[in-house]
Amino acid sequence: MYKAAVIGDTASVSGFAALGLTVFRETEPDKVKGLIAKLAASDFAVIYITEPAAALVSDTINKYRSSQLPAIVLIPAIEGNTGDGMRGVHEAVEKAVGSDILK
Amino acid sequence: MARLNVNPTRMELTKLKKKLVSARRGHKLLKDKRDELMRQFMIMIRENRQLRSEVEAGISEANRYMAVAGSVMQREVLETALMLPKQEVELDVSEKNVMSVEIPVFNTKYRTSDSSDIYSYGMAFTSIDLDGAVNALSDVFPKMIRLAEVEKACQLMADEIEKTRRRVNALEHIMIPDYEETIKFITMKLSENERSTTTSLMKVKDMVLKESHNYH
Repeated sequence: MYKAAVIGDTASVSGFAALGLTVFRETEPDKVKGLIAKLAASDFAVIYITEPAAALVSDTINKYRSSQLPAIVLIPAIEGNTGDGMRGVHEAVEKAVGSDILK
Repeated sequence: MARLNVNPTRMELTKLKKKLVSARRGHKLLKDKRDELMRQFMIMIRENRQLRSEVEAGISEANRYMAVAGSVMQREVLETALMLPKQEVELDVSEKNVMSVEIPVFNTKYRTSDSSDIYSYGMAFTSIDLDGAVNALSDVFPKMIRLAEVEKACQLMADEIEKTRRRVNALEHIMIPDYEETIKFITMKLSENERSTTTSLMKVKDMVLKESHNYH
């Protein structure tokens, strides 16, 4: 049985604990990197990460883009939406089609 | 286009012709695969975009509540309230095959029978905004799971489309023209050899006749 995790700053991710997701309050780039690697190796199928935290470890996240599990999903942090998540969608279109036709 | 480095023999010719046939067949199949993947991808990516804006809106709403809750409650109280969750989510992961791309499918399972049993605290010492935040998150959560599924599917399909497109292009613009050119080269060489044999035979015949009968 797989689990779902949330990574980010305390204020943004605390609420998810109530839903029963495993919450990691971590924003240090190195620790987040290690955490993602550890979660990917154990039984976490989905990792939600706040956009500011994801921006610090974008290369680690890109590494898991082409592997089947885990799915790493960007979510807005409490400070607001940076648009990084939507940018990821547009990047996928650009990769597949050759140019961003969703604009 | 570059001609392949092979000996111009009949055997090579047959081999190359066979290769050309399978290259053409492979090209057609891969082209079909690419088109179908692209069609599925476009459907998925639209859903992805839609879901993402919904999820982002939902989480932003929860965050607004959370910001208010954080300002009216003490941080420690807020943390304590959320420290021991009643609910636990488990995911059942299966696979779906879309044009040979294995995409994950998530099935959510809750520990308690009632999935809306989410308040891990008593109502007495917490702000109503915290309830709002937790409630907003729980509303958006099924969409978040679906978003994870769709977004992963889109990423994997984008990879596969890129790979397939490269293969189609390599076959179409390099391998097939190379084969065609080499086949043409061998055919020409072989018929050239044939002509030269015929001419030399004619020449020999002339010489022999001249020698024995003194023909001109």
